[in-house]
Amino acid sequence: MSVATLTGSERVARSFARAKDERRLAVIVYLTVGYPDRAATRGLLRAALDAGADILELGVPFSDPLADGATVQRASEVALRNGVTLADCLAEAREIVAERDATALFMGYTNPFLRFGAARLAEQGRACGLSGVIVPDLPTEESAVLDDALAPVGLARIDLYAPTTPDARLDELLPRSRGFAYCVSLTGVTGARQALGTDVAAFVGRVRARTQLPVAVGFGISQPEHVRALRGVADGVVVGSAALDAVGRGGERGLRDFVSSLVVAGRT
Amino acid sequence: MKGRFGEFGGQFLPETLMPAAAELETAYEAAQADPAFRSELARLLRDFVGRPTPLTDARRLSEAVGLERVLLKREDLAHTGAHKINSAVGQALLAQRMGKHRVVAETGAGQHGVASAAACALLGLECVVYMGTEDMRRQAPNVFRMKLLGAEVRPVESGTKTLKDAVNEAIRDWVTNVRNTYYLLGSAIGPHPYPTMVRDFQSVIGKEAREQSQALLGRLPDVVVACVGGGSNAIGMFHAFLGDGAVKLRGVEAAGHGIATGEHAASIVAGSAGVLHGTRTLVLQDDDGQIRGTHSVSAGLDYPGVGPEHAALHASGRAHYVARTDHEALEGFTLLSRMEGIIPALEPAHAIADLRAIAKEHGAESIVLLCLSGRGDKDLETVMKELG
Repeated sequence: MSVATLTGSERVARSFARAKDERRLAVIVYLTVGYPDRAATRGLLRAALDAGADILELGVPFSDPLADGATVQRASEVALRNGVTLADCLAEAREIVAERDATALFMGYTNPFLRFGAARLAEQGRACGLSGVIVPDLPTEESAVLDDALAPVGLARIDLYAPTTPDARLDELLPRSRGFAYCVSLTGVTGARQALGTDVAAFVGRVRARTQLPVAVGFGISQPEHVRALRGVADGVVVGSAALDAVGRGGERGLRDFVSSLVVAGRT
Repeated sequence: MKGRFGEFGGQFLPETLMPAAAELETAYEAAQADPAFRSELARLLRDFVGRPTPLTDARRLSEAVGLERVLLKREDLAHTGAHKINSAVGQALLAQRMGKHRVVAETGAGQHGVASAAACALLGLECVVYMGTEDMRRQAPNVFRMKLLGAEVRPVESGTKTLKDAVNEAIRDWVTNVRNTYYLLGSAIGPHPYPTMVRDFQSVIGKEAREQSQALLGRLPDVVVACVGGGSNAIGMFHAFLGDGAVKLRGVEAAGHGIATGEHAASIVAGSAGVLHGTRTLVLQDDDGQIRGTHSVSAGLDYPGVGPEHAALHASGRAHYVARTDHEALEGFTLLSRMEGIIPALEPAHAIADLRAIAKEHGAESIVLLCLSGRGDKDLETVMKELG
């Protein structure tokens, strides 16, 4: 099947299915576009894919990332100082999708998306082969403005679920889920943590019981042990701050080694 | 729709906080309906805050600016020196009722931080206040006050190191500690139910002032004016007058070095619709939707957004918004000090600075009610430097 005939949701599904066939957790890697500099992004995205990343999350920088911890905040500040715009992020997505048939998502905040225009984002996102968007400050109650534009062109807006989300609310939200169910592992902002939250398995179980979609766990994931602990619990992991830390420590090679270690740790 | 003001408002929050926002809304509605909560709040407003605050007939000031009469609603005489205590006491009482023993707050000028620290001390709650390092520098006495009152002041180094970034940090703390923490937001901004709740707690200003104006004048004022940063004192003042069609409502934003310089904090006068800190409102942003840095001599107005209800009042035309520069505000500061023996905070000094324009636009026979939202002790160092 050619790239153009798959919707974003189908591409996401294909990526999770491939990981499942290979008996491992899918690894989703977040990288802020334009960090540490504009020229670095292409090589870092390739390095993540070379190491076995299944899905790329391209971080669209925002001045006020209130769901992010210090690492992503700093990366966003650097990217903004480097002049990165949403149009640049679309260009990066287009290149990596064309080159590698990658599954690429945007992770960014409501205001830059709405300022760019929901219809324009949908049209250009589809043209670039983008699969979907994750918007941490856009809960379902407010998402119509984006969904109405993205859904018709097959772009998935991927919802997040939190340990604090009550069962009744999960019942309401999960039927509307697209792509995969993104479980926030802890109450807090993004950022590498030493340990996984103690109640992750129970929480993921509550989500899984209510959806057929793949379930991925993010926020705080920073070590192969965290991934190992999620085998048999989740279908995938999202890693962001720790990936940026790896970039900071060792550039492309550092990222490749780090992502490889997560892919290996996810083999069941 | 819930928490909407026309096309503005809403709840643009991480999912982790959505249940907390719903819990807060439910708890607030229950508290409002509970006579015991209302009477306890009324008691604290009277015995702790010192309400009602007076209405001062500013005769020499009115003469100086060419108006028939200027009435000052003296929120500067409220405990801790500004209107912020009205909402801080109300919300701290609500936090206690909800069983949340830890309170986080953000502060710009420090007035909300001091008010929160005082309310938490009174009710025995733990209090953490986030404050930009730039604001800590220019409002050093308030940092010390907060510490004296037992609060922990956490410096915020990110972004512009001012109020906007302090709000980000307070939200990050709330999302992390949501199970035991109450976020005591200081202005009528943020996600639902804050704009409504803060307005309700602040509406005591307008209710009292409306009655006091009636008693003094036998009629209502022609124009009601207040400064607008996030807009809590203004919305508290305006609310009682919304139904009085003949009363003009006027908000004064900070024009900083001048609107044309781009160095200002006039979100209504010079902003556009966007989403910031959980609400859709008017914000200062660039073409890419990045929130812009702001400037005002007054830390309390130095914010790139505004409460969504103000955005709606602007859109409907019910209220009119203008902006005054740093320079004009300093003139207003000096004018009130010399004419009435009252040293105002730099925030309401922007409203004082607008009085001559009101006289010109609405006529010298106008009677103007002005919300003097706080006193100027905290600003002396800034003013000494500016007026050197």
